[in-house]
Parts: sequence; structure tokens; C-alpha cells
Amino acid sequence: MKKQNQKAWFFVLPVLLLVAFNALIPMMTVVNYSVQETFGNNLFFWQGLDWFENILRSERFHAALGRQFLFTGLILLIEVPLGVIVALSMPRKGFWVSICLVTMALPMLIPWNVVGAMWNIFTLPDIGLVGYFMNHVVGIDYNMTQDPFAAWVTVIVMDVWHWTSLVVLLSYAGLVSIPEAYYQAAKIDGASNWAVFRHIQLPKMKSVLTIAILLRFMDSFNIYTEPFVLTGGGPGNSTTLLSIDLVKIALGQFDLGPAAAMSLIYFAITLLVSWLFYTLMTKDNTN
Amino acid sequence: MSIELKNISKKVKGHLHIKETSLTFEPGYFNVLLGETGAGKTSLIKLIAGLDGCSTGQILMDGEDVTALSPQKRNISLVHQFFVNYPHMKVFDNIASPLRVAKMPKSEVEGRVEEAADLLQLRPMLDRYPHELSGGQQQRTALARAIAKESRAIFLDEPLANLDYKLREELRAQLPELFSGRGTVVIYATSEPEEALLLGGKTGLMSDGIVTQFGATADIYRNPVNLTAAEVFSDPPINTARIEKKGSEAVMAGGVSMTLSHAAKELDDGAYILGIRPNDVLPAKNKATDIEIIGNIRVTELSGSQSSAHFSFADENWVSLAHGVHPFDIGENHAFYINIAKCFFFSVDGQLVAQGVNNG
Repeated sequence: MKKQNQKAWFFVLPVLLLVAFNALIPMMTVVNYSVQETFGNNLFFWQGLDWFENILRSERFHAALGRQFLFTGLILLIEVPLGVIVALSMPRKGFWVSICLVTMALPMLIPWNVVGAMWNIFTLPDIGLVGYFMNHVVGIDYNMTQDPFAAWVTVIVMDVWHWTSLVVLLSYAGLVSIPEAYYQAAKIDGASNWAVFRHIQLPKMKSVLTIAILLRFMDSFNIYTEPFVLTGGGPGNSTTLLSIDLVKIALGQFDLGPAAAMSLIYFAITLLVSWLFYTLMTKDNTN
Repeated sequence: MSIELKNISKKVKGHLHIKETSLTFEPGYFNVLLGETGAGKTSLIKLIAGLDGCSTGQILMDGEDVTALSPQKRNISLVHQFFVNYPHMKVFDNIASPLRVAKMPKSEVEGRVEEAADLLQLRPMLDRYPHELSGGQQQRTALARAIAKESRAIFLDEPLANLDYKLREELRAQLPELFSGRGTVVIYATSEPEEALLLGGKTGLMSDGIVTQFGATADIYRNPVNLTAAEVFSDPPINTARIEKKGSEAVMAGGVSMTLSHAAKELDDGAYILGIRPNDVLPAKNKATDIEIIGNIRVTELSGSQSSAHFSFADENWVSLAHGVHPFDIGENHAFYINIAKCFFFSVDGQLVAQGVNNG
């Protein structure tokens, strides 16, 4: 038998170390917490899977998870079609291309907590631009610190403002990579604009859209900073998304065990949905 | 069915892409547009197809003015250099797509698709997606779509350029029979002189946005009107040398003298450009009257049964293309022979003024 060369392991070592330090070790700490109870002083008591059971049965978790799915679902429903529409209406060549691209990229360059603070001030009923306009010009009673519906609308509009650009830029990249020949073929067939979109642009954008949806799903499902700065999860618990709730449990109540169990469940859900989506989209790889 | 172009031209931002062109294309044979990349073949096809509007002139199809009609209403098909198929549709649906847009009854669609698929040997692939096909099959699908449509005219814009050698040969051999007896005008753009010769029919030579010469392919090959036409229709490019004519004698730039006959003898004395195709410059003497020139070998290539030698002669780079395998050494001085009867004589500004006898 040919002697196997074990040297290859050396080359994998740096990656293993990196992954260990930025993922495995922190994660194992969380796993460690999730099966124990602590009262401080570095005293730990074995708890088994109790925390997991508690979390999975807790109504508070169900409510936060529901809000999280509602939030992510709504922003995907808005941002993906909107992003595609904006990308379709952007110029493909000429002077305006770079201006459009830079304008699109601007919101994404702003730090997340600044976005939250910006929109917070923006929507103050008395002095904020939007708040004042809604209350005193349009005449709608708008106060997102008191009205859950207004808070939701504001959180969603803020996310759409911040992140639609990502979908736009990715879709745009997909669109400009379609050779002119396809459009000519469609013109000769006499295909309508809708048919061109349905049979040429959409299939050709499929892979970038998959990535766009995946990124938006993961980011929005894990969102914390912006809604926290904007509403602090309120009014009441109405905009307390999963991550906000998690931080409340971990740092507010200092329940490290349940918080750790909740993090792991949270992580598992994100991973599962992403994997399902990606597998479904790439099942018959048409590229 | 026929297509008539009346003085069409295309101007983009003050720059004339297609200069005034008047031509008539007929069905029954291939109309080849031959020219280098950037000569305006694709631009001209886009004008005739209606993908671009003409700046001036008229396009008539069967006498009907179609200048203002959309590509769809002109009832034409176009096969590109790239393999353009709808990516998420099966081969069957791809071939059927123009028929479905035209709202043809289902049973007829099936018949036409199957007929076209049989012609192009796509029958076993009808249920596959384009990405599951080889390049050759993808291009055959595009061709089948054009054939099934039974349009008035079909434009083939370098359809074989992206295929590998073997597939290209195969498909090119099939092309003429695919379109024979269909009453469709076939316009075929290519940058390879060899393709024009193989496909026969008529050839239009294009350079710099204008069709310099149009006629039966063999005639055009034998009788180029000017140096540009001769250059376009020669691969490798035609060899040229300046000559000085005096009486019935002419002296080439390299000091080689020759005796002129026939039309060339009747020319006014003065400077001319001699042109001769590489396959008429041979490394061995055939006739006693052949003119001997000495070239310094720079590059040699062996391709299949042909050997070519690039050599410098009279400060020009010349190429000799001969059948069989000939040994050349780089840097050596080698004798080549040209047959005066195969030479073209151009005026200094490039117009053909005389040519050797029995050309062709």
C-alpha cells in the first residue's frame, strides 16, 4: 500500500485555529452555560436540558420568535421586489450609472446605531421631520413611542431604507451581466416587457437573488442595533425582536443559562432556514 | 421573398457606422457578408433586422417597405455568435417560443418543433435544459428555433465563431442543406474568407462600414475591385510590393524584374502595387516563366498538410502557403516563385488596374 502523506494536515491547521478561535470556542462557552445554572462566584450547577425545555415552552419566546418572523417576512416581501424594480429602472450605461450606484451604496455605509438614532430623531412628533409632518401637516396622530403600529411601520421603513440597496446592487450586477444578444432575441420574437423579465432577466438573476435573499434573511433575522436604538423594543414589548429579548434575558436579568439555551435555539433556526432556502434554490442548478 | 436595401446608412453621434448601401438579397443561396471585426457586419444586420433604425434609406422586403416596422413585424430570425437560448426553458419550449408568441395552434407548434429538431438532430435533447447541452447542441437549438419560425429572412451573425474546430466544420457542412428550398433569404456574416468560399452563393465584402463589392463568391474572389477587397478576401493577407513599370518591363522593390503581358503591359508607365495571394507564392518552381524572389525566413508554421513561411522581402512581410511539408530554417535566405499570371496590379491609391490572365 502506498504510504500516505500526512503533511496536508499542516496546511489545514491555520484555518482550524482561526475557526476554533472565532467560532468553536465561543460557541462551546455558550453550550457550557446552556446546561448549567450559576449564581455568580463561578459556581455552576448541572441543569441538563432544562433551560432548552423552558425556552421552547415559554410564551415570551414564542411571541418574540413570531415578531421576528413577521419582521423578516415583511422586510423580505418589500425589499426584494422593490430592489429588483429599482435595479431594472437604473441606467445600464452612461453618465448616470456611477451616480446611481454611489447613491444606492450610501445608506449601507452608515453605522447601524447611527441609523437608529437618525430615525429616532427623524420621527419625534414635535421636532422630527417625519413626526412633525405626519402630525401637523397630514393630520395623522403619529407617535411611535406610544403606538405599536406606528413603531412597526417605522422599524420596517427604516430597514427598507437601510438595506434595499443591497438587493438593488446585487440585482443590478446580475442584470448588467446579461448579454445584449438575449434582449435582441426577445425583440425579434416580439416578447413583451413582462416576458423579457420572466424568461430572461429573472432566470439570469436567480443566483444573485438567492444570495441577496439569503443575506437579507440572515441579517434581518439577527437584527439588533437599529430597532434597539430606535424603539428599545417598545412600546411595551411590541417591537422586541429575538435578539433584543435575548439581550434583556442575558444582560438585563443576568439569566445566563436560559440566555445561552435561547442563543443556541436562535442559531439553529437561522441555520436551518438558510440551509433549507439555499438547498431549495440550488436544487436544479440552472447556471 | 427578397430583401432590397435602398441607400441605407447609419449615423451614431455624428460618426457614420454604415455608409450608404444599396443591395438586393435573394433566397436560394447564402448571402455572405465578409469583413474583419469592426467592419460593420453586425451593424448592417441589425439595421436589416430592425434592431436599429436607419438614419437614411429604405428597406424593402418583397417590395413592401419595412423600414418603420419592429423586428417582430418584419418576421425574421437571428442566430448569434453567442448561444442565446432561454435559460430556464427546455429545448422544446425554446424552439417553440417564437411560435407561441405568434399564438400558433398547439398541434402545429409540435409538428414544426419536431421537424426542426429532426433536421438538427435534437430529437433526444428536447426535454433538456440549455445548460445541460454542449456548445454545439446549444447553437443547434438556436438554429432550430430560427428554422421552426419559418421567417422571411434569417440572419446568421458569425454563428460558428464560438464553436471548436471540429464542431464548426460539421455544422458548416450542414448549413446549406438546412436552408435549401425554404424560400428564406439567408444572410451570413463571417470574418473568415474560407467560410465564404465554402458556403458559396454570393459574397459582399465589407470594410469600414461599407460593402465594397457584392456578387457571386467565386467572381469576387477572382476579381477584387481594389486592394482592400483583396485583403479582406485573403487569409493570410495578400502579399504586396511596389513595382515600377517601364514599357513591358517592371521592377519590384527588391530589384527583381519581370516581363509583363496582356493588360498589365498596356498600363501607363509609373508606380503600381503588385498583389499576390499567399497560396500563389510557392517554394518550388512550376513554370519556366515563374519569377524568382529571395526571402529571408522569419517564421514557419506547419498546419496539417500545409506549410506556411513568413519571410521578409523588399522591406515587406510576405507569406507563402504551400501544400505538402517544406523544410525551412529560420533566418535562411530561401527562393520563392510567383506566377505572373496570378498577380493583381493596383494603382498606388489601391484600385485594381490590371490582373494576370487565367486567374482562378
